[in-house]
Amino acid sequence: MAFSIYDFNTLTSSIHHSLSQHLSPTGVMVAEWTLIGISFLLFVAVFGLFLVYLERKVCAFFQQRLGPMRVGPWGLLQTIADFIKLLMKELILPNRADKFLYNLAPYIVITVTFMAIAVIPFAKGLQALDFDIGVFYVTAVSSLGVIGILLAGWSSNNKFSLIGAMRSGAQIISYELSVGMALITMIIFAGTMQISGIVEAQRAGWFIYTGHIPAIIAFFVFVIAGTAETNRGPFDLAEAESELTAGFHTEYSGIKFAFFFLAEYVNLFIVAAMATTLFLGGWMPLHFGHWVGFNHAMDFIPPIFWFFSKVMAVIFLIMWFKWTFPRLRVDQILVLEWKFLLPINLVNILLMTLIVLKKWHF
Amino acid sequence: MKGLFNYIIAIAKGVKTLVDGMRVTGYYFVRPKLIVTQQYPENRDTLKMFDRYRGEVTMPHNEKNEHRCTGCGICELNCPNGSIEIISKSIEVDGKKKRIIDKHIYHLAMCTMCNLCVKSCPSNALAMGQKFEHAVWDRSKLTKVLNQPGSQIMQDIKE
Repeated sequence: MAFSIYDFNTLTSSIHHSLSQHLSPTGVMVAEWTLIGISFLLFVAVFGLFLVYLERKVCAFFQQRLGPMRVGPWGLLQTIADFIKLLMKELILPNRADKFLYNLAPYIVITVTFMAIAVIPFAKGLQALDFDIGVFYVTAVSSLGVIGILLAGWSSNNKFSLIGAMRSGAQIISYELSVGMALITMIIFAGTMQISGIVEAQRAGWFIYTGHIPAIIAFFVFVIAGTAETNRGPFDLAEAESELTAGFHTEYSGIKFAFFFLAEYVNLFIVAAMATTLFLGGWMPLHFGHWVGFNHAMDFIPPIFWFFSKVMAVIFLIMWFKWTFPRLRVDQILVLEWKFLLPINLVNILLMTLIVLKKWHF
Repeated sequence: MKGLFNYIIAIAKGVKTLVDGMRVTGYYFVRPKLIVTQQYPENRDTLKMFDRYRGEVTMPHNEKNEHRCTGCGICELNCPNGSIEIISKSIEVDGKKKRIIDKHIYHLAMCTMCNLCVKSCPSNALAMGQKFEHAVWDRSKLTKVLNQPGSQIMQDIKE
């Protein structure tokens, strides 16, 4: 199996060839689906746990603490221990809960996460689905998550859960608009909705640089609205610990709670990955105009490393928000969306259209 | 037009306050030396509690095994939860009867570290110690006699 870390198409085609020698075309398809599914499961589990660890550490350093230090060196195995504990816990069904919906909700949430992660371009050729409407697909799929949250809140037979779920519904439906508008701004600039096409268009320069002012505004709007979409602080009033115990997942325990928890962190990854893909050049290395030597040196760093370092930078920014700002009230959240982000976004789209028409971009 | 101007000013002010807040947390993030967490069992040898920490009531003795307690019982009266018991005895000094301390009994298990005994002592005989590892297997070990055996009162203490 020959493959180069700079182009994963070599790896996928060699796997395809070796499978076709032994299996029928249908068998090859099923085997490839299974392989993709297993790799995504592994990725979500490992990366989700890593993000939980990272969040606890980053939060601790912001608050002049050390964070987890006991399990493993620097507490590295802490989240694994937590996960094992969650797996062994009893699954509790609240009295008079709607049993079917109660059990269905975590699966909807985690399924939506898996559906969204399918279009993320990790590196050249390392993308499960490459639609011509990729960006549209992400917005469509990510908005399904709110159904799982609403179901969880409704079926738990608990007033805190219901209040949390309704808040989350109001919030996600509002902020979806901003996410969509910010994406539309970049689609206008890129001229395509295909994710691989968008990444390829940033070979000469990342969109946040070539699209200058409107792209920078759209980037910040996207990060703010994306934070709100994932129900993270300072927009975490859906699970506001001090008011609602834990919001929509108050009544969940064990692996069902772990699903909600994992989905939240993988959604954080998806928002960061979409911001990376649309604004920061995806897996494209950093290039400066005519610095041939510098550009060549940057090309030696593998694309997958570029992708993950950019994603980590965005994730760190979002964590920085969370551990700095206090939680917003419900009315403040809606004011921020409808009075500030949405008008800014609409003006920003006009500005971007003008720039594209006049060719004022780099 | 004025409304639009105020709107933009509001956004600019909002962004400024957000950046201010993030600068504060960012300052702490890049300075790990400011971390206040103590790695307790590992740093047991070097851990020093603060002077104002109240771990237990002690009675300081000097190198000649002398303390400052006259056995007046004011600390016992002032203790809100009865953690202190004074047992005094009479001795004859120069033909005069004199009351001195026999046992200053201190129940650590009942003490709330309120500091009232230290504050109210007229002869400054008591002090708060910084020791905090008080776990024992037997409850009776929490009842302590503060004046050391064979100790005397300092000569300069007035009755």
